[in-house]
Amino acid sequence: MKVLVTVKEVAEVEEDFEISNGEIEETYLEYDLNEWDDYAVEEGVQLQEAGDDVEVVAVTIGPERAEETIRMALAKGADRAIRVWDDALGDAGLLDVEAKADILAAVVEEEDPDIVLSGVQAADDAFGGTGVALAEEVGFEWAAVVNALDTDGVLDDGIASVRRELEGGVEELTDVELPAVLTIQTGINEPRYASLRGIRQAQSKEIAPKTLDDLGLDASVADSALELTDMYEPESESDAQYLEGDAGEQAAQLADVLREKGVVDG
Amino acid sequence: MSDVLAVAEHRRGELRDVSFELVTAGRALADATDGDLHVAVVGGNTEEFADALNREGVDQLHTVDYGEEFNHDVYVQATEALFGDLDAEFLLLPNSVNGLDYAPAVANKLGLPYVSDAVDLAYDDGLTATREMYGSKVETTIEVAEGPYAVSVRSGEWPAAEGVGDAEVSAFDVDFDEDAIRSDVTGFEEVGAGDVDISEAEFLVSIGRGIEEEENLPLIEALVEATDATLSSSRPIVDNGWLSKNRQVGQSGKQVTPDVYLAIGISGAVQHVAGMKGAETIIAVNTDPDAPIFDIADYGVVGDLFDVVPALIEEFGGDAPDV
Repeated sequence: MKVLVTVKEVAEVEEDFEISNGEIEETYLEYDLNEWDDYAVEEGVQLQEAGDDVEVVAVTIGPERAEETIRMALAKGADRAIRVWDDALGDAGLLDVEAKADILAAVVEEEDPDIVLSGVQAADDAFGGTGVALAEEVGFEWAAVVNALDTDGVLDDGIASVRRELEGGVEELTDVELPAVLTIQTGINEPRYASLRGIRQAQSKEIAPKTLDDLGLDASVADSALELTDMYEPESESDAQYLEGDAGEQAAQLADVLREKGVVDG
Repeated sequence: MSDVLAVAEHRRGELRDVSFELVTAGRALADATDGDLHVAVVGGNTEEFADALNREGVDQLHTVDYGEEFNHDVYVQATEALFGDLDAEFLLLPNSVNGLDYAPAVANKLGLPYVSDAVDLAYDDGLTATREMYGSKVETTIEVAEGPYAVSVRSGEWPAAEGVGDAEVSAFDVDFDEDAIRSDVTGFEEVGAGDVDISEAEFLVSIGRGIEEEENLPLIEALVEATDATLSSSRPIVDNGWLSKNRQVGQSGKQVTPDVYLAIGISGAVQHVAGMKGAETIIAVNTDPDAPIFDIADYGVVGDLFDVVPALIEEFGGDAPDV
């Protein structure tokens, strides 16, 4: 069985930052493995550990810098990795859901996985659509926002029995036939830390670079109908009354508020 | 003239609030282009739902009788067929969990540019959507030059449509491809039952990522004990397994309405705020003065919880453990 895990390197913004020319300045960004994808990687590795002959392949769309991130997936147990990049993607600006789904669809066609695991969303652009659009594109079944997966069902019966985390503390139980794409919600498992041994081993695992041409795509795949035209910090709507002073003074005022509201005696 | 199709959402026999918000968002777009607003409801008690959705501003209601509950394969087929039949310009869907489960597929199938999780929309010779990035730290505007458009909208951003409308209600027949319905919803389960019901609490002390390590929990527990409060948390604490699911406040956790909600080290992501904005008084303790939690707080403490919480415990005669 083959498991394909899509991972994305995302930018995290520092507490204080500046925006210029519609972008957050590079110095305020740190790059990391997308949180949701970390859970997807773990789920893939758990399938690999539970089954015989399960290969986990990580795929990312990203520039050379993204190899650091994909190496994290390898260090945690993915067998090999694919990194898709092309100058045309670098020049494209916003890579929308359609572009990402088209590129990943080409990878799915080449790799022919039984199951694709993808984070629900990326922490940076938060479109939350790539996994489901990919499923539709390649004709796989799918389930979005999965917070539990029956591993045995996947390995033995070719059925993904999942729980989908709906709003308000309700979970939906759904069975989907493989091949399928599952978008993975945080909390589905406990992502492992990469061990030193894993990190060492990751150095010798393959990260295959692919261009659009390698995947039989041309540059037009990056064309997007969407254009990001402005970025700004949202205006604060705060009308909070701030409690000033050092920690002790703040605590004293806070205690007064709690007494005043009648929720704490004493 | 450009028509708008909005697809309502229901679950376990009830329309969800976002359905009425979609009517408001859809009416505004229809007005901007001098079009009609069509609202569809798929599955469940469609007659009853259509009655409830017949609010001011809706021009036509379409019912698709198939199944009881949401099934993405059914929704994809029904939406695709109806959108094509109407030759509409805008497709509006909820950015709910179920929206996430079918909107991208419909958009892809129809070949429409897809803008998700919009918090505002404007139309002037092209669609402009406002959305957030980087965990709500920035807002962006996205322009989509050419339609038709598929947009999913964030719940709670548009007021619910009210009033009684005089929309024409008609059943829309979809020639479903049964073979393409390959997912099977087998049931629902309430989660988070347990010894404590945080939705009943008068005073919640709630913690988020700011507590950093599980080893720091005893500090908060000491505060909870000293103030006779109830402990709750935002999602990451539950994801990490530090507290059980029945303590989680937010969109996918519990809705709470305490007299006082003391948010400690919680940034105030929109999914969390959805669960606690009904609190009578909100107090936030956070090191980041720009944290969105301060936007909804009545009292703000900009400071380090590891300094403020021990001092607060002492105020109430408790002992702060070393963490």
